[in-house]
Amino acid sequence: MAAVRTSSEIGFNRVAIVAVLLVTIIFLAPIYWIASTAFKPRNLATTIPPTVVFQPEISPFVKLFTKRSQLRNPASPEEYAAAPWWERVVFDGGEKIVRDGKGQVQWSGYPSRFMNSLIVAITSTVLAVGMGTFTAYGFSRFKVKGEADLLFFILSTRMLPPVVVAIPMFLMYRAVGLNDSHLGLIILYTAFNLSFSVWLMKGFMDEIPKEYEEAALVDGYTRMEAFFKIVLPEAATGIAATAVFCFITAWNEYAFALIMTSRRAQTAPPFIPSQVGSGLPDWTVIAAGTFLFLLPVAIFTFLLRNHLLRGMSFGAIRK
Amino acid sequence: MATTMITTLDRSSRAAARGLSDMSIRNLFIIPTILFLIVFNIFPLIYSLGYSFTDFRASTNAAANFVGLQNYRDLLNDPYVWSNFAITAKYVIISVAGQLLVGFGVAMLLNRDIPLKGLLTTLLLLPMMLSMAVVGLFWKLLYDPSFGIINYALGLGTFEWLSNPKMALYAVALTDIWMWSPFVMLLSLAGLSAVPKHLYEAAAIDRAGPFYTFFRITLPLVAPILMIAVIFRTMEAFKTFDLAYILTSQPTAELISIRLYKMAFQEWQTGRSCALAYIVLIMVLAITNIYVKYLNKVKER
Repeated sequence: MAAVRTSSEIGFNRVAIVAVLLVTIIFLAPIYWIASTAFKPRNLATTIPPTVVFQPEISPFVKLFTKRSQLRNPASPEEYAAAPWWERVVFDGGEKIVRDGKGQVQWSGYPSRFMNSLIVAITSTVLAVGMGTFTAYGFSRFKVKGEADLLFFILSTRMLPPVVVAIPMFLMYRAVGLNDSHLGLIILYTAFNLSFSVWLMKGFMDEIPKEYEEAALVDGYTRMEAFFKIVLPEAATGIAATAVFCFITAWNEYAFALIMTSRRAQTAPPFIPSQVGSGLPDWTVIAAGTFLFLLPVAIFTFLLRNHLLRGMSFGAIRK
Repeated sequence: MATTMITTLDRSSRAAARGLSDMSIRNLFIIPTILFLIVFNIFPLIYSLGYSFTDFRASTNAAANFVGLQNYRDLLNDPYVWSNFAITAKYVIISVAGQLLVGFGVAMLLNRDIPLKGLLTTLLLLPMMLSMAVVGLFWKLLYDPSFGIINYALGLGTFEWLSNPKMALYAVALTDIWMWSPFVMLLSLAGLSAVPKHLYEAAAIDRAGPFYTFFRITLPLVAPILMIAVIFRTMEAFKTFDLAYILTSQPTAELISIRLYKMAFQEWQTGRSCALAYIVLIMVLAITNIYVKYLNKVKER
């Protein structure tokens, strides 16, 4: 802009700042609403006007993790006094926690789905980033015949609509018994993320000066040693960023998980919506499940903030 | 000179004895990935190409009969499927146009000295990182006619969004705009910060108005990156499944991938759904091709 700022320009700047703040508030409102509903008592989740100020509660999380049944009569004072604090909050909502014959608390479906999400996302990320790093190095440092076509092929596998791939995969998995298994989902997510990881890692590899390895080769390193001892440490940031992107993609994935899993290996994204069902859902419990599920991604987004641009454009645009 | 020659030769022979040649390392690094992608991405497609010429139903044990191009003929003559494509096209246009307007607009606002700019940008990017299915589900509560905060905030009373055949598609698009405008914003910011400052200084010296500066300097220079955002989002919006499937069951918001899902996994018309999958696949590959050509062009610069 011009060296001397006119008063109207400064005025416009102020308007812009206010507008940006407003937009940020609007964009974050749905996320704030999820977080706040996760700590509300059930009767305050669906009020008009919406409840903004309230005494936060932990009961939605207790309910999220346990199986419950409706109480016919309110809990007796003795029962109430004997119960641990996390059971009292459930009594307050007119429900009680289901226990088996030995008095063990019965878990809801949520913890196992959350674990499944962790297992599948972490394993597929390690595989996709591991293979992707080697392949990206291969493409970055050596002449490959038809390189552009191969890279297009690799990228295009990522662009396929999930349902299109899911139909034959479902039939094949059914034939070999991989339906509703962790391994089946891990393979799918690895294949899905591998193409992305190759593209992104190639950009990071291209940025590491060739001279580093050449110097190492002259010093008597083999190409393998140079790769492991010189290139990999240099690429560490890129590998970490790629891994976080792959993790988030696998963590958030819905369509494959919906089609390929039903119980044993089901991840959280198809499970959480299936809890809504018909009738009046308990939105505080859904919000609690959503909140826990979104938390890792929100943290990762802050860690990734300097790499977001690159990751979202397949490494095409750099800062 | 001579000693150098000898040591070099010596080293290379030693290295050759100890390690693999560059050629074999290259093959070792690249070929497993290509094979993996062929086995798990291309082979299934060949498998389903075969089924697309049959009347196979995965829900029965009956053998598949070869029906030739019947499935493709039926699909292309099915007005229902065409209307799914029309709905998808409408959805893509609304949602991408919305994201472009909001995303680029916010980027223009953000492209100045603002306190806490980095934090604000990161916060604004949050929606696109979250799970479409899980966050999409929560929008059901936000859209709820009687106690949703959207109707409350806008003073719309008990306006129906998701269960209203006329509004359902727009409601899904609105949620998509919320999720993905940050993506356009992110790319736009990169484009805007790359515009050389001296161009603006020159324009100011020439007393160019803000409109002239915007249309003659800003827009042409940011256009290539905006183009990437538009093609990428078009491709993604075309494939949309999660959000629309979770938010609404209105036939007026039945996108092509939802039709495909229902055909394959609810009606179990496996053969026919394979054929529809191929029709969709060809469309996506066409857009991908444009996208990659464009990416490579931008990368070269």
